Amino acid sequence: MAKTEFQVWRGDSSGGELQSYQVDVGPGYVVLDAIHQIQAEQANDLAVRWNCKAGKCGSCSAEVNGSPRLMCMTRVDDLPKDKPITVEPMRTFPSVKDLVTDVSWNYEVKKTIQRFMPSKPDAADGTWRMDQYDVERPQEFRKCIECFLCQDVCHVLRDHHMHDRFAGPRMFVYVANLEMNPIDTGNRVAQLRDELGVGYCNITKCCTKVCPEHITITDNAIIPLKERVVDQSYDPIAKLLGAGKE
Amino acid sequence: MSEHQVVEHDVIVIGAGGAGLRAAIAAAAGGASVGLVCKSLLGKAHTVMAEGGVAAALSNADERDNWMVHFADTMRGGQYLNSWRMAELHAKEAPDRVRELESWGALLDRTPDGRMNQRNFGGHKYPRLAHVGDRTGLEMIRTLQDHGIHQGIDVHMEVTVTKLLTDGDRCVGAFAYDRERGRFKVFKAKAVVLATGGIGRAYTITSNSWEYTGDGHALAYHAGAELVDMEFVQFHPTGMVWPPSVRGILVTEGVRGEGGVLKNSEGRRFMFDDIPPLYQGQTAATPEEGWRYVIGDKEARRPPELLTRDHVARKIVKEVKEGRGSPHGGVFLDIAWIKQNIKDAEGHIRKKLPSMYHQFKELAGVDITKEPMEVGPTMHYMMGGVRVEPDSQMSTTVKGLFAAGECGGGLHGANRLGGNSLSDLLVFGKRAGEYAAKFAAGNSAVKLGDDQVKLAESEALAPLERDADADVGPFRLQYELQKLMQDKAGIAREETELTEALEGIQKLKARASVMGAGGSREYNPGWHTALDLHNLLTISEAIALAARERKESRGAHARVDYQAKDAAWGTFNHVIKKGKDGNMEIRREPLAAIRQDLQDIIKEQG
Repeated sequence: MAKTEFQVWRGDSSGGELQSYQVDVGPGYVVLDAIHQIQAEQANDLAVRWNCKAGKCGSCSAEVNGSPRLMCMTRVDDLPKDKPITVEPMRTFPSVKDLVTDVSWNYEVKKTIQRFMPSKPDAADGTWRMDQYDVERPQEFRKCIECFLCQDVCHVLRDHHMHDRFAGPRMFVYVANLEMNPIDTGNRVAQLRDELGVGYCNITKCCTKVCPEHITITDNAIIPLKERVVDQSYDPIAKLLGAGKE
Repeated sequence: MSEHQVVEHDVIVIGAGGAGLRAAIAAAAGGASVGLVCKSLLGKAHTVMAEGGVAAALSNADERDNWMVHFADTMRGGQYLNSWRMAELHAKEAPDRVRELESWGALLDRTPDGRMNQRNFGGHKYPRLAHVGDRTGLEMIRTLQDHGIHQGIDVHMEVTVTKLLTDGDRCVGAFAYDRERGRFKVFKAKAVVLATGGIGRAYTITSNSWEYTGDGHALAYHAGAELVDMEFVQFHPTGMVWPPSVRGILVTEGVRGEGGVLKNSEGRRFMFDDIPPLYQGQTAATPEEGWRYVIGDKEARRPPELLTRDHVARKIVKEVKEGRGSPHGGVFLDIAWIKQNIKDAEGHIRKKLPSMYHQFKELAGVDITKEPMEVGPTMHYMMGGVRVEPDSQMSTTVKGLFAAGECGGGLHGANRLGGNSLSDLLVFGKRAGEYAAKFAAGNSAVKLGDDQVKLAESEALAPLERDADADVGPFRLQYELQKLMQDKAGIAREETELTEALEGIQKLKARASVMGAGGSREYNPGWHTALDLHNLLTISEAIALAARERKESRGAHARVDYQAKDAAWGTFNHVIKKGKDGNMEIRREPLAAIRQDLQDIIKEQG
């Protein structure tokens, strides 16, 4: 069997470099299979996160040939064969070791978002009646597997490092799911505007392109949230009349 | 001697899948300070993989359903080895546990009148599984996670427990390391809940993630707890078989619930050939009747593809063994055929089974709306677990130690029905957390033994201090163990092979005790695998031992040399405990007599 060259980033927060490994690529191999083979046979201490190996848990996020991907859903035979395959950690997050990054910031931000606040049950049996049509809109957002590839690719975080002012696409998807839940009574508009920084998104749609769950992040989550912020916070007539904000 | 950090909580919960999260929420609601310890990042546990749905007799899709039918279905599916009390609690409480999820933000699929919809599944008499397409587990874990992070629970992510700490017959904490830096943590707690899931990594072909190394089973066993029903390992009939890199990945039973049929290489629906006596009255006589059941005809009986998992898995193995398998050693699962019966079948399939569509399209290059899938059995679920008191989920022998979800035993008996694991983890996760908080409130502070901590430290560091050699290293040994269990203690078992498995496990244990991992303490999967391996070896021994002892075929346990079910063997469970000499001991524990009113229900439900 012909060997395929993989260049895997090895290192930690103090620095690192691509190291070359030769892998016997079997039929149907995904990039994660190659990483596992390297780990089992050549580098037992190669650090990588993974769980389900079926695109459902969102653990094995990395940058394959420079693109944010789930390693378990990236077929090796779909990648160009004429050059080595590079596998690097997500660059937007601090390095822990090898392909593992520190994504704890995401968990911290999520905690600050106003939680789900259900209305009183509207049916006699103490539950809610919801129409399938109304449920489907937020269900799109609930497909999110928290792989954080959208966070990784977003230039507001990746290039401008605005982690203290901007929550990132994943969190907007989370907020959209809450805001569009038919029985939620919360209002996260002020928080979106003042703390989560939805205004910093300039709709380049990079997040949508990399989403392995095919969530239409920008069009279906972020833009409607931006509209809510504008609707509730900025009244052009009042501004003309000098009443200012709100 | 290395340093460790001491973390103190009233209750610690080990494992943050559905059961662990639900237990942590319940313990916090009970007023306890709670620490939640998990090997992965929060929200990544194996619960995300659950596809088809959560079983609860909500009677939204069929008003004839109620807890009694669910109870009887669960007992029948478990071949009556189940803890009847757990089966009763489970059937009664599942509806409330599922409804509660909606008040925490879950959005399940709806009926036309706006209630939670329910789908058909194997062994359930009526459509009973509340679901979201085929990603129900993700919906549940995310709901519990997003609710849980606002309950004041301290989450310790990427931390692995290697040992439970005890004081006499009471569990008082746990010893752990953090995966990122390899620093040691000692958790001091008045009560400990195990919610570590299953044991799939003991097998080569499994639907389970790397985390499923039997940690809770093994931790409890070494702390003096009893394990029950360890011979019952569920092989899900439909895992992917091709290409090799995806072998074992789950293909949801929901495919069959939506009308998918199993065929052999001759195009024959072989499931019609052999209907077990317990299910003859409930199974469709013709394909036509089976389809009517799928589309909701209440007069129709369910198609044989929806018989219990143990039976379907064995029938698939039989077809393959007799030369009627698919090109890559499975059989065909066809959902595309429903286009004969419904308009826009392609859209329907993609909507009802979106993950399956993507999984096959992207990993196997198969379009399931047009062609059949190739499927075969994959190790999926461990019925056996820590033996617990049914109401409280506390270990029968270790005070202050609780177990819930897959690592707890009793509910499923000899075979679990699909959908009953998600309801199990909600019902008994809540109970375990609640009773753990009560136990913590009612018992004094604990004292940790320094010697135990020191011993745990040296055991954890040992693999790093030995010389490493990848040819005899942790990944190699894990691979050999998986192959041994797959070949000798898998889906069809036999005395001599099980003895070979037990002998092989002893040899691997000896090698594991001198194995080196190499590398440093910092995020070192070699080291982590070396430590997990001890748990895998312990539970593998328990499985092989119990399987060798049970000289009959029942539920998920199929013996080639004892093919019949034997009533005499249906009167007890196997219970495993660590002997005083450190060796594994097994005994027969007679089943508790089923309460009269529940016996009547079983009789009525036929």
